[in-house]
Amino acid sequence: MNVTNQQKKYRIPVIPTVITLLLLITTSAAFFSFTNDHGKKAPVVNADSLASVQAFTQVYRVLMSPRCMNCHPAGDQPLQGEDSHIHTMNVHRGTDGKGLYALKCTNCHQSKNVPGVHTPPGNPKWALPPADMKMVFQGKTAHELAIQIMDYDRNGHKNKEQLLEHARDTLVKAGWNPGEGRALPPLSYTAFVKAWDTWIEKGAFAPK
Amino acid sequence: MITLNVNNSAHQVSAEPDMPLLWVLRDLLNLTGTKFGCGVAQCGACTVHLNGEAVRSCITPVSRAENQQVVTIEGLSKDTTHPLQQAWMAHDVPQCGYCQSGQIMSAAVLLRQNPDPTDEDIDLAMSGNICRCGTYPRIRKAIKDAAKIQKQKSNA
Repeated sequence: MNVTNQQKKYRIPVIPTVITLLLLITTSAAFFSFTNDHGKKAPVVNADSLASVQAFTQVYRVLMSPRCMNCHPAGDQPLQGEDSHIHTMNVHRGTDGKGLYALKCTNCHQSKNVPGVHTPPGNPKWALPPADMKMVFQGKTAHELAIQIMDYDRNGHKNKEQLLEHARDTLVKAGWNPGEGRALPPLSYTAFVKAWDTWIEKGAFAPK
Repeated sequence: MITLNVNNSAHQVSAEPDMPLLWVLRDLLNLTGTKFGCGVAQCGACTVHLNGEAVRSCITPVSRAENQQVVTIEGLSKDTTHPLQQAWMAHDVPQCGYCQSGQIMSAAVLLRQNPDPTDEDIDLAMSGNICRCGTYPRIRKAIKDAAKIQKQKSNA
């Protein structure tokens, strides 16, 4: 096939353009990936922004449900109930996230749920995030929350492996065993873990 | 048998591990100063110290207290001379009295951790203890006086 001068002219910029595009894709994947581990970047294999964002959309629904958000409040008081009202008894975070004075979380919250409707739910780790790492969910957009979770300095100093592990944490799992009278998160636990893993493994992209 | 230390005395009780600590204290050890209020950790009448923390004994399984230190209102002092007890008497705080042992046990944790509490600190510590007689103003005054008594005792 003959190549005209006009076609040659058209072809020349294609190679740099493709290279530039490839560079851009690689750079953006790296940007949203694990730049959070104090310089130790974990390579993103199988980066797929569409699948990643789609997965986070599911994850976000869970994180914003009362079972997760009630202990990730914007203020210094935990939330309660399906309407996420401020916890009764004037309970406050304290510096370590475990409450203050006579109102420490584990004064009422046992290592497992107390039998009965609307009785205190339980877990051995029951607490809010500490005052110096509040990990706020309440009021965050999906974009903001995804960026926050990937930020080593705002996510409890978790790297990729620790973030993946976090979905298996007993306190996270407790959201699916909330005690009588409380709604479950909008996804099953298995579906949540799958979405969480997919979001991270596909590059941990943040929705726009 | 479950072993626990209550008011500096070792006790062995025959109880199921999930029996609430309050039942053990009142029914098995005959320490009836601690009261049953709501049974669901909402009112604070059952507050006792477990390893120094103001737990709600109505929902605390006795298994959690196994081999641990429990202090009830009866063990707060040997002779009713804890600064809070003195201030409570001086201000004549109780009306019906039902919630008062829980109030004092919560206040004791506050004073131990914060010897000079402000009104805000008192709110932060005491908002989980409900008094249906509304003795809150006297409770507040008594806690502030107890802080002074505690300071005087520590300086003496």
